[in-house]
Amino acid sequence: MEKRVTFKGIWLPLLLVLPQLLITAVFFFYPAGQAVWQSLFIPDPFGLSMQWVGLGNFEYLLSDKYYRASFQTTAVFSILVTVVSMGVALYLAVLADRLIKGSGTYRTLLIWPYAVAPAVAGVLWLFMFNTRVGVVAWYLGVLGYDWNHVLNEGEAMGLVVVASSWGRISYNFLFFLAGLQAIPKSVIEAAAIDGARFWMRFRTIVFPLLSPTTFFLLVVNIVYAFFETFGVIHTITSGGPQQATTILVYKVFADGFVGQDLGSSAAQSVILLLIVSVLTVVQFKFVERRVHY
Amino acid sequence: MARDSNTGMVERRGTGLWLTHLGLIIGVAFIFFPIWLAFVASTVTQADIVRPPMPLWPGEHLVENYTKALRSGINAPVARMLFNSAVMALGISLGKIVISLLSAFAIVYFRFPGRKTFFWLIFLTLMLPVEVRIVPTYQVAANFGMLNSYSGLIFPLIASATATFLFRQFFMTVPDELAEAARVDGARPMRFFVDILLPMSRTNIAALFVILFIYGWNQYLWPLLITTDPEMNTIVMGIKQMFPSGDDYADWPVIMATSILAMLPPVVVVVGMQKLFIRGLVDSEK
Repeated sequence: MEKRVTFKGIWLPLLLVLPQLLITAVFFFYPAGQAVWQSLFIPDPFGLSMQWVGLGNFEYLLSDKYYRASFQTTAVFSILVTVVSMGVALYLAVLADRLIKGSGTYRTLLIWPYAVAPAVAGVLWLFMFNTRVGVVAWYLGVLGYDWNHVLNEGEAMGLVVVASSWGRISYNFLFFLAGLQAIPKSVIEAAAIDGARFWMRFRTIVFPLLSPTTFFLLVVNIVYAFFETFGVIHTITSGGPQQATTILVYKVFADGFVGQDLGSSAAQSVILLLIVSVLTVVQFKFVERRVHY
Repeated sequence: MARDSNTGMVERRGTGLWLTHLGLIIGVAFIFFPIWLAFVASTVTQADIVRPPMPLWPGEHLVENYTKALRSGINAPVARMLFNSAVMALGISLGKIVISLLSAFAIVYFRFPGRKTFFWLIFLTLMLPVEVRIVPTYQVAANFGMLNSYSGLIFPLIASATATFLFRQFFMTVPDELAEAARVDGARPMRFFVDILLPMSRTNIAALFVILFIYGWNQYLWPLLITTDPEMNTIVMGIKQMFPSGDDYADWPVIMATSILAMLPPVVVVVGMQKLFIRGLVDSEK
Protein backbone atom coordinates (compact mmCIF):
# COMPACT_ATOMS: atom_id res chain seq x y z
CA MET A 1 0.00 0.00 0.00
CA GLU A 2 1.45 3.33 -1.05
CA LYS A 3 0.11 6.86 -1.09
CA ARG A 4 -0.42 8.42 -4.50
CA VAL A 5 0.06 11.97 -3.26
CA THR A 6 3.27 12.73 -1.41
CA PHE A 7 5.21 15.78 -0.41
CA LYS A 8 8.66 16.65 -1.73
CA GLY A 9 11.71 16.81 0.47
CA ILE A 10 14.38 14.58 1.92
CA TRP A 11 15.65 16.37 5.00
CA LEU A 12 12.26 17.00 6.58
CA PRO A 13 11.19 13.32 6.59
CA LEU A 14 14.60 12.27 7.86
CA LEU A 15 14.28 14.80 10.65
CA LEU A 16 10.80 13.47 11.44
CA VAL A 17 11.91 9.85 11.82
CA LEU A 18 15.07 10.80 13.72
CA PRO A 19 13.62 10.76 17.28
CA GLN A 20 12.17 7.29 16.86
CA LEU A 21 15.27 6.05 15.08
CA LEU A 22 17.54 7.28 17.88
CA ILE A 23 15.48 5.85 20.71
CA THR A 24 15.01 2.54 18.94
CA ALA A 25 18.71 2.29 18.12
CA VAL A 26 19.90 3.11 21.64
CA PHE A 27 17.31 1.25 23.69
CA PHE A 28 16.31 -1.54 21.36
CA PHE A 29 18.79 -2.55 18.69
CA TYR A 30 21.95 -1.94 20.65
CA PRO A 31 20.73 -3.90 23.73
CA ALA A 32 19.32 -6.68 21.56
CA GLY A 33 22.67 -6.88 19.74
CA GLN A 34 24.49 -6.85 23.06
CA ALA A 35 22.36 -9.74 24.27
CA VAL A 36 23.38 -11.79 21.23
CA TRP A 37 27.05 -10.74 21.62
CA GLN A 38 27.23 -11.38 25.37
CA SER A 39 25.65 -14.77 24.92
CA LEU A 40 28.87 -15.87 23.18
CA PHE A 41 31.13 -15.03 26.14
CA ILE A 42 31.69 -15.90 29.76
CA PRO A 43 32.79 -12.94 31.88
CA ASP A 44 35.37 -13.72 34.57
CA PRO A 45 34.13 -13.41 38.17
CA PHE A 46 35.54 -9.91 38.56
CA GLY A 47 34.00 -8.63 35.34
CA LEU A 48 37.42 -7.60 34.06
CA SER A 49 37.58 -9.69 30.93
CA MET A 50 35.37 -11.79 28.74
CA GLN A 51 36.20 -15.21 27.45
CA TRP A 52 34.89 -16.30 24.07
CA VAL A 53 32.94 -19.55 24.34
CA GLY A 54 31.00 -19.54 21.07
CA LEU A 55 27.79 -21.44 21.55
CA GLY A 56 29.06 -22.78 24.87
CA ASN A 57 26.48 -20.87 26.89
CA PHE A 58 23.70 -22.36 24.79
CA GLU A 59 25.11 -25.87 25.01
CA TYR A 60 25.41 -25.49 28.74
CA LEU A 61 21.85 -24.16 29.05
CA LEU A 62 20.29 -26.92 27.01
CA SER A 63 22.02 -29.54 29.13
CA ASP A 64 21.23 -27.72 32.38
CA LYS A 65 18.49 -29.54 34.22
CA TYR A 66 17.26 -26.36 35.90
CA TYR A 67 16.87 -24.60 32.57
CA ARG A 68 15.02 -27.54 31.09
CA ALA A 69 12.82 -27.64 34.15
CA SER A 70 12.12 -23.94 33.66
CA PHE A 71 11.05 -24.64 30.07
CA GLN A 72 8.65 -27.25 31.31
CA THR A 73 7.36 -24.94 34.06
CA THR A 74 6.77 -22.21 31.49
CA ALA A 75 4.87 -24.60 29.22
CA VAL A 76 2.63 -25.84 32.04
CA PHE A 77 2.11 -22.32 33.36
CA SER A 78 1.25 -20.76 29.96
CA ILE A 79 -1.12 -23.54 28.99
CA LEU A 80 -2.94 -23.33 32.33
CA VAL A 81 -3.18 -19.53 32.25
CA THR A 82 -4.43 -19.57 28.66
CA VAL A 83 -6.99 -22.32 29.26
CA VAL A 84 -8.30 -20.91 32.56
CA SER A 85 -8.56 -17.28 31.44
CA MET A 86 -10.04 -18.11 28.04
CA GLY A 87 -12.39 -20.77 29.40
CA VAL A 88 -13.91 -18.56 32.08
CA ALA A 89 -14.09 -15.61 29.66
CA LEU A 90 -15.84 -17.67 26.96
CA TYR A 91 -18.34 -18.99 29.50
CA LEU A 92 -19.18 -15.47 30.70
CA ALA A 93 -19.28 -14.07 27.17
CA VAL A 94 -21.72 -16.78 26.03
CA LEU A 95 -23.97 -15.94 28.98
CA ALA A 96 -23.77 -12.19 28.37
CA ASP A 97 -24.48 -12.70 24.67
CA ARG A 98 -27.75 -14.47 25.53
CA LEU A 99 -29.10 -11.34 27.20
CA ILE A 100 -31.04 -8.91 25.08
CA LYS A 101 -30.74 -6.17 27.67
CA GLY A 102 -27.98 -5.67 30.17
CA SER A 103 -24.97 -7.23 28.44
CA GLY A 104 -23.41 -3.74 28.40
CA THR A 105 -23.72 -3.47 32.17
CA TYR A 106 -21.98 -6.80 32.68
CA ARG A 107 -19.31 -5.74 30.24
CA THR A 108 -18.60 -2.64 32.33
CA LEU A 109 -18.53 -4.74 35.49
CA LEU A 110 -16.19 -7.32 33.98
CA ILE A 111 -13.64 -5.38 31.93
CA TRP A 112 -12.02 -3.08 34.44
CA PRO A 113 -9.72 -5.63 36.16
CA TYR A 114 -7.76 -5.38 32.91
CA ALA A 115 -6.43 -2.14 34.37
CA VAL A 116 -5.09 -3.83 37.51
CA ALA A 117 -1.34 -4.43 37.15
CA PRO A 118 -0.22 -8.07 37.30
CA ALA A 119 2.00 -7.19 40.25
CA VAL A 120 -0.96 -5.69 42.15
CA ALA A 121 -3.11 -8.71 41.27
CA GLY A 122 -0.30 -10.81 42.74
CA VAL A 123 -0.45 -8.90 46.02
CA LEU A 124 -4.26 -9.27 46.20
CA TRP A 125 -4.13 -13.04 45.73
CA LEU A 126 -1.16 -13.38 48.05
CA PHE A 127 -3.21 -11.63 50.71
CA MET A 128 -6.12 -14.06 50.33
CA PHE A 129 -3.91 -17.14 50.46
CA ASN A 130 -1.26 -15.90 52.89
CA THR A 131 -0.45 -18.80 55.19
CA ARG A 132 -0.75 -16.70 58.34
CA VAL A 133 -3.49 -14.15 57.69
CA GLY A 134 -5.13 -15.16 54.40
CA VAL A 135 -8.90 -15.48 54.64
CA VAL A 136 -9.23 -18.17 51.99
CA ALA A 137 -6.31 -20.13 53.45
CA TRP A 138 -7.95 -19.87 56.87
CA TYR A 139 -11.34 -21.14 55.67
CA LEU A 140 -9.61 -23.95 53.80
CA GLY A 141 -8.01 -24.81 57.14
CA VAL A 142 -11.44 -24.93 58.77
CA LEU A 143 -12.53 -27.36 56.05
CA GLY A 144 -9.52 -29.50 56.94
CA TYR A 145 -7.25 -28.52 54.05
CA ASP A 146 -3.81 -27.30 55.07
CA TRP A 147 -2.92 -24.65 52.45
CA ASN A 148 0.74 -23.77 52.18
CA HIS A 149 1.95 -22.45 48.83
CA VAL A 150 5.29 -21.52 50.41
CA LEU A 151 6.17 -25.19 50.73
CA ASN A 152 3.85 -26.99 48.34
CA GLU A 153 4.92 -26.73 44.68
CA GLY A 154 1.54 -27.61 43.20
CA GLU A 155 -0.26 -25.05 45.34
CA ALA A 156 2.29 -22.39 44.41
CA MET A 157 1.72 -23.08 40.73
CA GLY A 158 -2.05 -23.05 41.21
CA LEU A 159 -1.92 -19.71 42.96
CA VAL A 160 0.22 -17.95 40.34
CA VAL A 161 -1.95 -19.41 37.57
CA VAL A 162 -5.18 -18.12 39.14
CA ALA A 163 -3.68 -14.72 39.95
CA SER A 164 -2.35 -14.39 36.38
CA SER A 165 -5.62 -15.50 34.79
CA TRP A 166 -7.84 -13.32 36.93
CA GLY A 167 -7.16 -9.92 35.29
CA ARG A 168 -6.83 -11.54 31.91
CA ILE A 169 -10.44 -12.76 31.94
CA SER A 170 -11.56 -9.17 31.24
CA TYR A 171 -9.51 -8.93 28.09
CA ASN A 172 -10.62 -12.27 26.70
CA PHE A 173 -14.25 -11.60 27.66
CA LEU A 174 -14.22 -8.37 25.67
CA PHE A 175 -12.95 -10.03 22.51
CA PHE A 176 -15.18 -13.11 22.87
CA LEU A 177 -18.28 -10.98 23.42
CA ALA A 178 -17.44 -8.86 20.35
CA GLY A 179 -16.89 -12.05 18.34
CA LEU A 180 -20.18 -13.58 19.49
CA GLN A 181 -22.13 -10.43 18.75
CA ALA A 182 -20.71 -10.38 15.23
CA ILE A 183 -22.28 -13.76 14.44
CA PRO A 184 -25.50 -13.14 12.47
CA LYS A 185 -28.52 -13.93 14.61
CA SER A 186 -30.37 -15.28 11.57
CA VAL A 187 -27.96 -18.22 11.29
CA ILE A 188 -28.55 -19.17 14.91
CA GLU A 189 -32.30 -18.71 14.64
CA ALA A 190 -32.40 -20.90 11.54
CA ALA A 191 -30.65 -23.66 13.47
CA ALA A 192 -33.04 -23.16 16.39
CA ILE A 193 -36.05 -23.54 14.10
CA ASP A 194 -34.53 -26.73 12.75
CA GLY A 195 -34.61 -27.96 16.33
CA ALA A 196 -30.93 -27.59 17.28
CA ARG A 197 -30.67 -27.16 21.05
CA PHE A 198 -28.28 -24.70 22.69
CA TRP A 199 -25.34 -27.04 23.09
CA MET A 200 -25.76 -28.36 19.56
CA ARG A 201 -25.87 -24.81 18.15
CA PHE A 202 -22.81 -23.84 20.15
CA ARG A 203 -20.80 -26.84 19.00
CA THR A 204 -21.71 -26.77 15.32
CA ILE A 205 -22.24 -23.07 14.55
CA VAL A 206 -21.10 -20.64 17.21
CA PHE A 207 -17.74 -22.16 18.11
CA PRO A 208 -16.55 -22.65 14.50
CA LEU A 209 -17.56 -19.09 13.59
CA LEU A 210 -15.72 -17.87 16.67
CA SER A 211 -12.49 -19.64 15.75
CA PRO A 212 -10.65 -16.56 14.36
CA THR A 213 -11.19 -14.80 17.71
CA THR A 214 -10.21 -17.93 19.61
CA PHE A 215 -7.01 -18.41 17.66
CA PHE A 216 -6.04 -14.76 17.99
CA LEU A 217 -6.62 -14.88 21.75
CA LEU A 218 -4.63 -18.10 22.01
CA VAL A 219 -1.49 -16.44 20.64
CA VAL A 220 -1.97 -13.21 22.59
CA ASN A 221 -2.53 -15.06 25.86
CA ILE A 222 0.53 -17.25 25.41
CA VAL A 223 2.62 -14.11 24.86
CA TYR A 224 1.04 -12.62 27.98
CA ALA A 225 1.77 -15.70 30.07
CA PHE A 226 5.37 -15.82 28.84
CA PHE A 227 6.32 -12.20 29.44
CA GLU A 228 3.84 -10.10 31.32
CA THR A 229 3.30 -12.33 34.33
CA PHE A 230 6.70 -11.54 35.83
CA GLY A 231 5.04 -9.24 38.37
CA VAL A 232 2.69 -11.96 39.61
CA ILE A 233 5.48 -14.46 40.11
CA HIS A 234 7.85 -11.99 41.70
CA THR A 235 5.25 -10.81 44.23
CA ILE A 236 3.75 -14.19 45.13
CA THR A 237 6.45 -16.87 45.01
CA SER A 238 9.73 -15.32 43.76
CA GLY A 239 10.05 -18.41 41.59
CA GLY A 240 9.84 -20.87 44.46
CA PRO A 241 9.43 -23.25 46.13
CA GLN A 242 12.43 -25.13 44.68
CA GLN A 243 12.06 -23.16 41.42
CA ALA A 244 8.60 -24.68 40.88
CA THR A 245 7.30 -21.38 39.48
CA THR A 246 10.49 -20.12 37.81
CA ILE A 247 9.28 -19.35 34.30
CA LEU A 248 11.83 -18.42 31.59
CA VAL A 249 11.48 -14.66 31.98
CA TYR A 250 11.90 -14.97 35.72
CA LYS A 251 15.04 -17.02 35.21
CA VAL A 252 16.59 -14.36 32.94
CA PHE A 253 16.06 -11.91 35.78
CA ALA A 254 17.19 -14.27 38.54
CA ASP A 255 20.36 -15.40 36.72
CA GLY A 256 21.24 -11.97 35.31
CA PHE A 257 20.54 -9.68 38.26
CA VAL A 258 20.51 -11.86 41.32
CA GLY A 259 23.01 -14.52 40.22
CA GLN A 260 25.11 -12.11 38.08
CA ASP A 261 25.64 -14.87 35.50
CA LEU A 262 25.62 -12.50 32.52
CA GLY A 263 26.63 -14.93 29.77
CA SER A 264 23.94 -17.41 30.66
CA SER A 265 21.32 -14.69 31.14
CA ALA A 266 22.15 -13.22 27.72
CA ALA A 267 21.89 -16.64 26.10
CA GLN A 268 18.49 -17.08 27.74
CA SER A 269 17.43 -13.69 26.37
CA VAL A 270 18.39 -14.81 22.89
CA ILE A 271 16.34 -17.99 23.24
CA LEU A 272 13.36 -15.92 24.40
CA LEU A 273 13.90 -13.58 21.47
CA LEU A 274 13.60 -16.53 19.11
CA ILE A 275 10.42 -17.73 20.82
CA VAL A 276 8.82 -14.29 20.55
CA SER A 277 9.80 -14.01 16.91
CA VAL A 278 8.07 -17.30 16.13
CA LEU A 279 4.95 -16.18 18.00
CA THR A 280 5.01 -12.84 16.15
CA VAL A 281 5.20 -14.55 12.78
CA VAL A 282 2.34 -16.87 13.73
CA GLN A 283 0.26 -13.91 14.85
CA PHE A 284 1.06 -11.87 11.77
CA LYS A 285 0.19 -14.65 9.38
CA PHE A 286 -3.13 -14.89 11.14
CA VAL A 287 -3.75 -11.16 11.37
CA GLU A 288 -3.10 -10.80 7.64
CA ARG A 289 -5.87 -13.29 7.06
CA ARG A 290 -8.22 -11.55 9.43
CA VAL A 291 -7.75 -8.22 7.71
CA HIS A 292 -8.82 -9.72 4.36
CA TYR A 293 -12.03 -11.23 5.70
CA MET B 1 -22.27 -24.98 32.30
CA ALA B 2 -24.36 -22.99 29.85
CA ARG B 3 -26.07 -26.12 28.58
CA ASP B 4 -29.82 -25.72 28.85
CA SER B 5 -32.26 -28.03 27.21
CA ASN B 6 -35.73 -26.96 28.32
CA THR B 7 -36.38 -24.90 25.22
CA GLY B 8 -35.10 -24.42 21.70
CA MET B 9 -35.71 -20.69 21.71
CA VAL B 10 -32.75 -18.44 21.05
CA GLU B 11 -33.88 -15.75 23.48
CA ARG B 12 -34.09 -16.67 27.14
CA ARG B 13 -37.17 -16.10 29.25
CA GLY B 14 -38.29 -17.07 32.73
CA THR B 15 -35.98 -19.49 34.55
CA GLY B 16 -33.48 -19.56 31.72
CA LEU B 17 -33.04 -15.80 31.93
CA TRP B 18 -32.55 -15.93 35.68
CA LEU B 19 -29.99 -18.70 35.36
CA THR B 20 -28.08 -16.60 32.83
CA HIS B 21 -28.05 -13.65 35.21
CA LEU B 22 -27.05 -15.91 38.08
CA GLY B 23 -24.07 -17.27 36.11
CA LEU B 24 -22.93 -13.77 35.24
CA ILE B 25 -23.34 -12.53 38.80
CA ILE B 26 -21.18 -15.39 40.07
CA GLY B 27 -18.56 -14.38 37.50
CA VAL B 28 -18.71 -10.74 38.57
CA ALA B 29 -18.44 -11.77 42.23
CA PHE B 30 -15.35 -13.86 41.48
CA ILE B 31 -13.78 -10.88 39.73
CA PHE B 32 -14.71 -8.47 42.52
CA PHE B 33 -13.88 -10.57 45.58
CA PRO B 34 -10.10 -10.00 45.71
CA ILE B 35 -10.59 -6.26 45.37
CA TRP B 36 -13.37 -6.16 47.95
CA LEU B 37 -11.13 -7.98 50.39
CA ALA B 38 -8.28 -5.56 49.72
CA PHE B 39 -10.63 -2.65 50.30
CA VAL B 40 -11.90 -4.14 53.57
CA ALA B 41 -8.32 -4.75 54.72
CA SER B 42 -7.49 -1.11 54.02
CA THR B 43 -10.24 0.01 56.44
CA VAL B 44 -9.44 -2.13 59.50
CA THR B 45 -6.55 -2.34 61.94
CA GLN B 46 -3.56 -4.65 61.80
CA ALA B 47 -4.94 -6.43 64.87
CA ASP B 48 -8.12 -7.30 62.98
CA ILE B 49 -6.08 -8.94 60.24
CA VAL B 50 -3.47 -10.89 62.16
CA ARG B 51 -6.20 -12.73 64.06
CA PRO B 52 -7.81 -14.63 61.19
CA PRO B 53 -10.41 -14.74 59.90
CA MET B 54 -10.40 -11.05 59.12
CA PRO B 55 -13.77 -9.25 58.90
CA LEU B 56 -15.51 -9.24 55.51
CA TRP B 57 -17.15 -5.86 56.04
CA PRO B 58 -15.31 -2.50 56.05
CA GLY B 59 -14.14 -1.09 59.41
CA GLU B 60 -13.71 2.49 60.56
CA HIS B 61 -10.03 3.11 59.93
CA LEU B 62 -10.16 4.09 56.28
CA VAL B 63 -9.00 7.68 56.69
CA GLU B 64 -6.31 6.69 59.17
CA ASN B 65 -4.80 3.97 56.95
CA TYR B 66 -4.86 5.97 53.75
CA THR B 67 -3.39 9.04 55.44
CA LYS B 68 -0.63 6.93 56.90
CA ALA B 69 0.12 5.36 53.51
CA LEU B 70 0.08 8.62 51.58
CA ARG B 71 2.10 10.64 54.11
CA SER B 72 4.71 8.17 55.29
CA GLY B 73 4.19 4.80 53.62
CA ILE B 74 6.81 2.27 54.65
CA ASN B 75 9.95 3.08 52.64
CA ALA B 76 8.72 6.23 50.97
CA PRO B 77 5.45 8.20 51.09
CA VAL B 78 2.90 6.66 48.72
CA ALA B 79 1.99 10.16 47.50
CA ARG B 80 5.53 10.39 46.17
CA MET B 81 5.26 7.00 44.44
CA LEU B 82 1.92 8.01 42.89
CA PHE B 83 3.61 11.09 41.49
CA ASN B 84 6.47 9.00 40.07
CA SER B 85 3.99 6.62 38.43
CA ALA B 86 2.05 9.52 36.93
CA VAL B 87 5.22 11.03 35.46
CA MET B 88 6.27 7.67 34.06
CA ALA B 89 2.85 6.78 32.59
CA LEU B 90 2.33 10.23 31.06
CA GLY B 91 5.91 10.36 29.78
CA ILE B 92 5.62 6.98 28.09
CA SER B 93 2.21 7.61 26.55
CA LEU B 94 2.84 11.17 25.37
CA GLY B 95 6.42 10.45 24.25
CA LYS B 96 5.41 7.42 22.26
CA ILE B 97 2.46 9.20 20.64
CA VAL B 98 4.59 12.19 19.59
CA ILE B 99 7.51 10.28 18.06
CA SER B 100 5.13 7.81 16.39
CA LEU B 101 2.96 10.52 14.85
CA LEU B 102 6.05 12.19 13.38
CA SER B 103 7.61 9.05 11.95
CA ALA B 104 4.30 7.68 10.62
CA PHE B 105 3.73 11.01 8.87
CA ALA B 106 7.19 10.76 7.28
CA ILE B 107 6.71 7.15 6.17
CA VAL B 108 3.30 7.70 4.62
CA TYR B 109 3.64 11.15 3.07
CA PHE B 110 7.24 11.25 1.84
CA ARG B 111 9.56 9.25 -0.39
CA PHE B 112 13.00 9.46 1.13
CA PRO B 113 16.13 7.29 0.93
CA GLY B 114 16.12 4.58 3.56
CA ARG B 115 12.35 4.69 3.97
CA LYS B 116 11.90 0.97 3.42
CA THR B 117 14.82 0.14 5.71
CA PHE B 118 13.43 2.35 8.43
CA PHE B 119 10.05 0.72 8.04
CA TRP B 120 11.50 -2.76 8.53
CA LEU B 121 13.70 -1.65 11.41
CA ILE B 122 10.75 -0.45 13.44
CA PHE B 123 8.75 -3.45 12.31
CA LEU B 124 11.29 -5.64 14.10
CA THR B 125 10.62 -3.94 17.41
CA LEU B 126 6.98 -5.05 17.41
CA MET B 127 6.13 -7.36 20.27
CA LEU B 128 9.66 -7.78 21.60
CA PRO B 129 9.00 -6.79 25.21
CA VAL B 130 11.60 -5.14 27.41
CA GLU B 131 11.64 -8.31 29.53
CA VAL B 132 13.77 -10.22 27.04
CA ARG B 133 16.58 -7.69 26.81
CA ILE B 134 16.64 -6.41 30.36
CA VAL B 135 20.30 -6.94 31.22
CA PRO B 136 21.84 -5.06 28.24
CA THR B 137 19.15 -2.37 28.36
CA TYR B 138 19.94 -1.89 32.02
CA GLN B 139 23.64 -1.51 31.17
CA VAL B 140 22.82 1.14 28.55
CA ALA B 141 20.66 3.07 31.01
CA ALA B 142 23.40 2.81 33.66
CA ASN B 143 26.03 4.10 31.21
CA PHE B 144 23.86 7.12 30.46
CA GLY B 145 23.53 7.81 34.19
CA MET B 146 19.81 7.16 33.94
CA LEU B 147 19.42 5.03 37.08
CA ASN B 148 16.95 6.54 39.54
CA SER B 149 15.77 9.10 37.02
CA TYR B 150 12.55 9.77 35.15
CA SER B 151 14.29 9.59 31.78
CA GLY B 152 15.54 6.11 32.74
CA LEU B 153 11.98 5.08 33.58
CA ILE B 154 10.52 6.50 30.38
CA PHE B 155 12.86 6.28 27.36
CA PRO B 156 13.64 2.56 27.19
CA LEU B 157 9.91 1.80 27.20
CA ILE B 158 9.19 4.16 24.31
CA ALA B 159 11.39 2.05 22.02
CA SER B 160 8.67 0.04 20.32
CA ALA B 161 6.72 0.64 17.17
CA THR B 162 3.15 -0.43 17.84
CA ALA B 163 1.94 3.17 17.82
CA THR B 164 3.81 3.96 14.60
CA PHE B 165 2.01 1.13 12.87
CA LEU B 166 -1.31 2.25 14.16
CA PHE B 167 -0.88 5.78 12.89
CA ARG B 168 0.51 4.54 9.60
CA GLN B 169 -2.58 2.43 9.07
CA PHE B 170 -4.82 5.35 9.92
CA PHE B 171 -2.97 7.82 7.68
CA MET B 172 -3.33 5.37 4.78
CA THR B 173 -7.11 5.69 5.06
CA VAL B 174 -7.05 9.50 4.91
CA PRO B 175 -8.32 10.54 1.43
CA ASP B 176 -5.56 11.61 -0.97
CA GLU B 177 -7.62 14.62 -2.01
CA LEU B 178 -6.83 16.33 1.28
CA ALA B 179 -3.08 16.22 0.76
CA GLU B 180 -3.55 17.17 -2.88
CA ALA B 181 -5.64 20.20 -1.96
CA ALA B 182 -3.07 21.23 0.62
CA ARG B 183 -0.31 20.94 -1.96
CA VAL B 184 -2.23 22.92 -4.57
CA ASP B 185 -2.82 25.64 -1.98
CA GLY B 186 0.92 25.77 -1.45
CA ALA B 187 0.67 24.55 2.15
CA ARG B 188 3.93 23.28 3.55
CA PRO B 189 3.96 19.67 4.78
CA MET B 190 4.01 20.61 8.46
CA ARG B 191 1.00 22.90 7.98
CA PHE B 192 -0.91 19.96 6.51
CA PHE B 193 0.23 17.78 9.42
CA VAL B 194 -0.80 20.24 12.11
CA ASP B 195 -3.97 21.69 10.55
CA ILE B 196 -5.47 18.62 8.88
CA LEU B 197 -3.87 15.34 9.89
CA LEU B 198 -3.68 15.92 13.66
CA PRO B 199 -7.30 17.05 14.09
CA MET B 200 -8.42 14.02 12.05
CA SER B 201 -6.41 11.67 14.28
CA ARG B 202 -7.93 12.96 17.53
CA THR B 203 -9.93 9.82 18.34
CA ASN B 204 -7.07 7.49 17.46
CA ILE B 205 -4.68 9.48 19.61
CA ALA B 206 -7.10 9.42 22.55
CA ALA B 207 -7.73 5.68 22.24
CA LEU B 208 -4.02 4.97 22.07
CA PHE B 209 -3.38 7.25 25.01
CA VAL B 210 -5.72 5.18 27.19
CA ILE B 211 -3.91 1.95 26.32
CA LEU B 212 -0.42 3.41 26.70
CA PHE B 213 -1.27 5.08 29.99
CA ILE B 214 -2.31 1.74 31.49
CA TYR B 215 0.74 0.06 29.97
CA GLY B 216 3.05 2.67 31.48
CA TRP B 217 1.35 2.80 34.86
CA ASN B 218 1.43 -0.98 35.28
CA GLN B 219 5.12 -1.50 34.46
CA TYR B 220 6.86 -3.62 37.08
CA LEU B 221 10.15 -5.23 36.08
CA TRP B 222 11.77 -2.17 34.54
CA PRO B 223 11.15 0.22 37.49
CA LEU B 224 12.28 -2.59 39.78
CA LEU B 225 15.70 -2.61 38.13
CA ILE B 226 16.16 1.05 37.40
CA THR B 227 15.04 2.62 40.69
CA THR B 228 16.94 1.61 43.80
CA ASP B 229 16.14 4.82 45.64
CA PRO B 230 12.74 4.45 47.39
CA GLU B 231 11.97 8.07 46.55
CA MET B 232 12.00 7.11 42.85
CA ASN B 233 9.92 3.92 43.18
CA THR B 234 6.71 3.72 41.23
CA ILE B 235 3.66 2.65 43.18
CA VAL B 236 3.11 -0.67 41.36
CA MET B 237 6.65 -1.89 42.08
CA GLY B 238 6.80 -0.17 45.48
CA ILE B 239 4.12 -2.42 47.01
CA LYS B 240 6.35 -5.47 46.98
CA GLN B 241 9.10 -3.44 48.68
CA MET B 242 6.73 -2.85 51.60
CA PHE B 243 6.86 -6.48 52.70
CA PRO B 244 9.34 -7.15 55.49
CA SER B 245 12.12 -9.56 54.56
CA GLY B 246 12.11 -11.49 57.84
CA ASP B 247 9.38 -13.20 59.79
CA ASP B 248 7.65 -9.99 60.85
CA TYR B 249 4.04 -9.38 60.03
CA ALA B 250 3.58 -7.18 57.00
CA ASP B 251 1.69 -3.96 57.68
CA TRP B 252 -1.36 -5.23 55.78
CA PRO B 253 -3.73 -2.24 56.19
CA VAL B 254 -1.15 0.14 54.75
CA ILE B 255 -0.10 -2.31 52.01
CA MET B 256 -3.71 -2.88 51.00
CA ALA B 257 -4.46 0.86 51.04
CA THR B 258 -1.46 1.27 48.72
CA SER B 259 -2.75 -1.52 46.43
CA ILE B 260 -6.11 0.22 46.14
CA LEU B 261 -4.38 3.52 45.38
CA ALA B 262 -2.18 1.78 42.80
CA MET B 263 -5.13 0.41 40.83
CA LEU B 264 -7.37 3.46 41.12
CA PRO B 265 -5.96 5.70 38.32
CA PRO B 266 -5.90 3.07 35.54
CA VAL B 267 -9.29 1.69 36.61
CA VAL B 268 -10.81 5.18 36.53
CA VAL B 269 -9.34 5.66 33.05
CA VAL B 270 -10.78 2.35 31.78
CA VAL B 271 -14.25 2.84 33.27
CA GLY B 272 -14.46 6.55 32.48
CA MET B 273 -13.28 6.18 28.89
CA GLN B 274 -14.69 2.75 28.16
CA LYS B 275 -15.47 3.43 24.49
CA LEU B 276 -11.99 4.78 23.78
CA PHE B 277 -10.43 1.97 25.78
CA ILE B 278 -12.18 -0.76 23.78
CA ARG B 279 -11.32 0.98 20.55
CA GLY B 280 -7.69 1.35 21.55
CA LEU B 281 -7.50 -2.29 22.60
CA VAL B 282 -8.95 -3.54 19.33
CA ASP B 283 -6.81 -1.11 17.28
CA SER B 284 -3.55 -1.96 18.97
CA GLU B 285 -4.03 -5.69 18.42
CA LYS B 286 -4.73 -5.36 14.71
